[in-house]
Amino acid sequence: MSRFIVRRFLSVIPTLFIIVTLSFFLIRLAPGGPFSGEKKLPPEIMANIMRKYHMDEPLVNQYFRYIGDVLHFDLGPSYRYKDQTVNDLIGNAFPVSILLGTLALGTALVLGTIVGITSALKQNKWQDYAAMSVAVLGISVPAFVVGPILMLIFALKLKWLPTSGWLSSRAGALTLIMPIITLMMPYFAYIARMSRGSLIEVMRSDYVRTARAKGLKEGVVIRKHVLKGAMLPIVTYLGPAFSGIITGSVVVEQIFVIPGIGRIFVQSALNRDYTVIMGDVIVYSIILIAANFVVDILYGLLDPRISYK
Amino acid sequence: MTDDVILQVKDLKAYFKLDEGLLKAVDGVSFDLRKGETLGIVGESGSGKSVTNLAIMKLIPSPPGHIAGGEVVFMGDDILKMPDDGIRKIRGNKISMIFQDPMTCLNPFLKISTQMIETIVLHQGLDKAAAKAKAVEMLKLAGIPAPEKRIDQYPHQFSGGMRQRVMIAMALSCEPEILIADEPTTALDVTIQAQILELINELSERLGTAVILITHSLGVVAGMCDSICVMYAGRIVERGTADEIFSDPKHPYTQGLIKSVPRLDKVSTQRLYSIPGQPPNVINLPDCCPFFPRCERAMDVCKTKYPKVAELGDKRTVACWLYGEGK
Repeated sequence: MSRFIVRRFLSVIPTLFIIVTLSFFLIRLAPGGPFSGEKKLPPEIMANIMRKYHMDEPLVNQYFRYIGDVLHFDLGPSYRYKDQTVNDLIGNAFPVSILLGTLALGTALVLGTIVGITSALKQNKWQDYAAMSVAVLGISVPAFVVGPILMLIFALKLKWLPTSGWLSSRAGALTLIMPIITLMMPYFAYIARMSRGSLIEVMRSDYVRTARAKGLKEGVVIRKHVLKGAMLPIVTYLGPAFSGIITGSVVVEQIFVIPGIGRIFVQSALNRDYTVIMGDVIVYSIILIAANFVVDILYGLLDPRISYK
Repeated sequence: MTDDVILQVKDLKAYFKLDEGLLKAVDGVSFDLRKGETLGIVGESGSGKSVTNLAIMKLIPSPPGHIAGGEVVFMGDDILKMPDDGIRKIRGNKISMIFQDPMTCLNPFLKISTQMIETIVLHQGLDKAAAKAKAVEMLKLAGIPAPEKRIDQYPHQFSGGMRQRVMIAMALSCEPEILIADEPTTALDVTIQAQILELINELSERLGTAVILITHSLGVVAGMCDSICVMYAGRIVERGTADEIFSDPKHPYTQGLIKSVPRLDKVSTQRLYSIPGQPPNVINLPDCCPFFPRCERAMDVCKTKYPKVAELGDKRTVACWLYGEGK
């Protein structure tokens, strides 16, 4: 197991290297640059700026300079926000997104499995139909619809919750509620549907029939023989879901004015703020790789048939 | 002779409501099982053998299935009328089952010990240590080498034959009155098949357990069973002792089945016989003999009415218009 972890950990390095290299050259293929604005700058000033950021050098030199900086954990200066480094920008925004994402995914996981299990046990009864209708809504209605509707009802009409802001504002933790609901909806819905399906499949399996034929109570059969096998697909899904919920919170962050990493990512892409894009790409890749890594280890712990050597 | 009958199935009916119509998987099955007897239930796939036995344990998946009628009298009580609590005291304790595919019938996430101990603790009220000792003893009886070590392993660490041995050990761990073996050897290769059948035979004899052996192989029943029920399209078409069935089959279907068994003692240059046609679709089956389209001796009456069951002797019946009143 420990050998697997070390080997798996080492394999992250080439993966990240390839991602960084590809993104570095790809974003420079896009037309425009960080300093091309509506008003053309005088050529002398442009030349000065280019020299300051080493952008007058050949691309390959820039690439090696960047890689060298990254190896020292320096993601460089932002080309747009002149007084901030990429480290600062991401360092401020990242905890916000992690908090939002973790809370949303946690809620989705708990509610999703509860609803999924209830549906499976009440298969084809009204509880099942009600839960699965909500799930279809959750998957098909996008965040930019859910967010404003929630805002309209709970903030403007009922005045229970603040429209926007993040923690620091007077409303405190209340500001978290609507963003979490908006962000978790599709994940909640997906987990509910998935756990229902997987549970029903396992409940029909041969080994569960064996358990029933042994005279066990239905509750024991479900707890001891059904749940573990049925939850494995959910664990698999949690890896991509975690990275998806962190990187995919752009819309929610826009709607509720949350200073998260998603907003920075979109802004930087539009601004051709090369270093910020690169920084975001690296952070996102690490999250994705780490999440899948954790899922692999969990899988080995949960399923005795899988052993890591 | 009725005092040693431990299980009496009377006119059992199990139907499935499907989108295509009503599937009468089991339609009026009756038989008795005596203490220590081995009863074979033979028939093609889809003839209702397995459903009959799931119905005996009230284990039919519902919905879509339900028991539409009949009685299953076990030691004086009708299982089908018992509350769930009562049935659970019988399942795995007085009547236990082993299934066709040992690869999928053990829970892959739990150790063998966990799966065996839970049954013993539940039905015999032993503590965990005593239950484990009992489980080890059963595994040993079932021919698992080094059972003290193997019991703490997971099912995937066992071969198919070994898993079926584990299933047998588990099923017999509470010394049940009846063991229902649902095609226990179908998924195994031939040499292992013989060993598993031998094991079932030996252990059931030692523990005095009656066995219901469900199979589609006449070879298997010939070697093991005292009496035989032949099923076709959800009903028993012929019933008798193994000797009677093999030496003097009455129903054209049974005759066909026996003719289709390859024989080593008769050298033949002809192609092996096979019953023409396909088993009928039992959804919305009309009231006729379901075998008549494939029957060489079919008469007009066969197409319009299901035959009356003719009693030919003690426990010897046949459902065919060629016999009894219909003759």
